[in-house]
Amino acid sequence: MGYYDSKDLKRFGEVGKFSKELMEKFFDYYNSAIGEDGALTKREKALIALAVSHVKQCPYCIDSYTTQCLETGADPEQMTEAIHVAASLEAGITLIHGIQMHNALEKNGAL
Amino acid sequence: MSQVTVLRQRDISQDKTDDVKYSFYKKLSEAKTDLPPTTIETLQINITKLCNQTCLHCHVDASPKRKEQMDLESVNRCLEILATNESIKNLDITGGAPELNPHFDFLVTEARKLNKHVMVRHNLTVTLDGNPVTGESKEYLPEFYAENQVEVISSLPYYQEYFTDKQRGKGVFEKSIESILMLNEKGFGIEGSELILNFVYNPVGAFLPASQQSLETDFKRELDKKYGIKFNNLFVITNMPINRFKQQLKRLGAYDEYMVKLVNAFNPTAAKSVMCRSLISVSHDGKVYDCDFNQMLDMDVVAGGEPMTIFNFDYNKLVNREIMFGSHCFGCTAGSGSSCGGTTT
Repeated sequence: MGYYDSKDLKRFGEVGKFSKELMEKFFDYYNSAIGEDGALTKREKALIALAVSHVKQCPYCIDSYTTQCLETGADPEQMTEAIHVAASLEAGITLIHGIQMHNALEKNGAL
Repeated sequence: MSQVTVLRQRDISQDKTDDVKYSFYKKLSEAKTDLPPTTIETLQINITKLCNQTCLHCHVDASPKRKEQMDLESVNRCLEILATNESIKNLDITGGAPELNPHFDFLVTEARKLNKHVMVRHNLTVTLDGNPVTGESKEYLPEFYAENQVEVISSLPYYQEYFTDKQRGKGVFEKSIESILMLNEKGFGIEGSELILNFVYNPVGAFLPASQQSLETDFKRELDKKYGIKFNNLFVITNMPINRFKQQLKRLGAYDEYMVKLVNAFNPTAAKSVMCRSLISVSHDGKVYDCDFNQMLDMDVVAGGEPMTIFNFDYNKLVNREIMFGSHCFGCTAGSGSSCGGTTT
């Protein structure tokens, strides 16, 4: 077994052990934001959450939102596209910092 | 031992242990819900376990190797029951691929003469594959269904190839599309036509289905856009944790997680509309059951102190019977509910 244990996801609520009220507020917010249809459908929200889970590399979230995507009617093709969106954003974010590098080069008289 | 034989073996003692661990009776008692039969308006007959496909989730364990067939005597007895019980309005014919029973055409045409509404659980591919044992062609089926105004209900796990073939076998999606177009050609599923074509979705794996409404919208949009396909309704069905699907869950180590999910999603409103309250199921050998799932688990109906068959069929005894429940029944009561006609809420 790796460092993470998938069974721990079910223990999420225990994080409220020393601050129950804040945890309850978090879960209320979390469930309202992700778990209900709104301007976005639950499926669209699940696909966004899956993409974010990959960016943040959270194994709990990847497990959870893979299932959530399936249970809201998404298919592996859509899920794969969602993580490509995440990956391309990450690549773009890395590359746009090249301008920061250019600015620094300029300051050093190297550009 | 073949893969199919291995798949067919069921651990009955394990089923009983699971029924205790996930007690449906206890849940009903906690929810103060009683579920007696209300009527019998549908006679569902499983006339064969023979099928041209071997689907991953099939609760019947149907395949080209199965030999069980309802004989002509039993078919005639079912027709007598339909003729003498006015409250039974619907005949729901299932299998296997029901068209592979040699008396199928006779059963359909005679039931229609009795003015019964006839539904057939048609797997689509049998039209093109034909009989896997005799090689007999089944390409006449769309015409036959149109002539007899049969309601066609067909499994189509998804509007894309990947999920469909994963569950139902390689090449099934492509053949299904061809077969659906043949049905559309005859008027099935076309607006303004009285010929009904419904599809059935069930999840391709250990997860619960999405909402029927959203999936139906997706299916209609995508199938029309890509293939020009039309249909009436999509029935969303939860996979029942029995037989092949149960074994798949156990292999994946996902059985308990799936059951907990079903138990936690228990919906008393969905429970009140379970199909066993208004349907009875008949096996190829004439035994009577509360539903097709109970049939596959050999949960024989005892009514008025005797095991019920089509040969001692007694409407009053049956409508006053106690429905038998097991842990699998959570599959029909989870979320929006599940039945052969889709969600129940």
